Amino acid sequence: MAEMTVDLVSVERKIWTGQATFVLARTTVGEIGILPGHEPTLAQLEEAGVVRIDTTDGQSLTVAVHGGFLSVTPDHVSILAEFAELSEEIDVDRARAALDRADGSDESGAAARARAEARLKAAGVQ
Amino acid sequence: MAAQIRVLRRRIRSTQSIKKITRAMELIATSRIAKARARVQQSRPYAELMTSVLSELASNAALDHPLLVERPDAKRAAVLVVTSDRGQCGGYNANVLKETEQLRSLLREQGKEPVLYVIGRKGVNYYRFRKQAVEASWTGFSEQPEYVHAAEVARTLVDAFMVGSDGRTGEGEDGVQGVDELHLVFTQFRNMVSQTPQARRMAPMEVEYVGAESSIDAASETETGGATGVTAGEAREQSSGPKALYEFEPDADELFDALLPKYVGARLFAALLDAAASESANRQRAMKAATDNANELIRTLTLEANQARQAQITQEISEIVGGADALVTAGSES
Repeated sequence: MAEMTVDLVSVERKIWTGQATFVLARTTVGEIGILPGHEPTLAQLEEAGVVRIDTTDGQSLTVAVHGGFLSVTPDHVSILAEFAELSEEIDVDRARAALDRADGSDESGAAARARAEARLKAAGVQ
Repeated sequence: MAAQIRVLRRRIRSTQSIKKITRAMELIATSRIAKARARVQQSRPYAELMTSVLSELASNAALDHPLLVERPDAKRAAVLVVTSDRGQCGGYNANVLKETEQLRSLLREQGKEPVLYVIGRKGVNYYRFRKQAVEASWTGFSEQPEYVHAAEVARTLVDAFMVGSDGRTGEGEDGVQGVDELHLVFTQFRNMVSQTPQARRMAPMEVEYVGAESSIDAASETETGGATGVTAGEAREQSSGPKALYEFEPDADELFDALLPKYVGARLFAALLDAAASESANRQRAMKAATDNANELIRTLTLEANQARQAQITQEISEIVGGADALVTAGSES
């Protein structure tokens, strides 16, 4: 079965690396699904979004990615993020509190809101 | 005599407690160096990927982004100084501030007005004492910087840069003046014994064309005087591999616009980590010297106290013997 190497890297550390069969992400222009052998692509991800990685051993990783970029070659996918959190690392209560706190009226508040929503979505509660 | 011993003993005790403090600070600093070094390592994959993505983009996008273009009539230059929040770290802050002064006089010679941005409480106090205007300052994270801090600083600086001294992009609010250049002064961690203050230009970035074998020109970002983990050489290495024709989403120019400010943030973060490691190394050295001095002091004081005690005992004995003699003489006379 065809597979590709996926690197998920945030500014502070390498978060995950391994073999995967499928990556699903949302760019600024639309959703993109990547299978092994995808044509080389560079894309900017949504400011706050969710990325799904299906690994070769049948598991599915969900990651909240903020300020990310995607670099794809036929056998390699790199996800560069300012911040990224694996679904199991996300503190749901804190994300909820952040969502309640975020005031969507101004620009920074809206960004905080989008971030909190992405984290909750990645954690699978919303 | 007894009073002298008491004074000596008190000094020994206070020196011992000072020693405990300096020793603890030394140990903390030692572990923080290792942590900061590990974080520099951890942040490397991002920097490497970022460079390869940028060099890929640079060959496809027009290189006319404001962050890349030299401004011929630069009037104001931002100088970001990275100092520590706490003292007790030897010449760390003094060296950085000295380097900053040199850079500022150099900028003035070139006819540019330096504008100060300061990280760290020590730097803030230095300029406040000298009544020099500081455009913006950030404190509280010099020892353990997080990316959020670097991102915030980078955003402020890039915003000011985009406005420009004459507000040419029209994004500035009324009367707010931007800057035309970004400079960074921080301490580079070379190894445990050598940390050197460095002045570096962050923007406009210098772009260098490298003649690749394929027909596409590869470009790489160069550091102005050193490396933050990603050197131009590495970028060149990566771009000399087989070339793939990339799809861009959104188009290359827009991607470039989005990536460059993040690149500034990542480089600033690397510089902050380096500075944190240097600060800890300096503090560790200073505290080691202080502990050694305390040990030496305790040794000499103990010697003095023992001598004084011995002298006191000797004196007491001679007084007793003298007294007994006097009694004996008095008895035989009567």
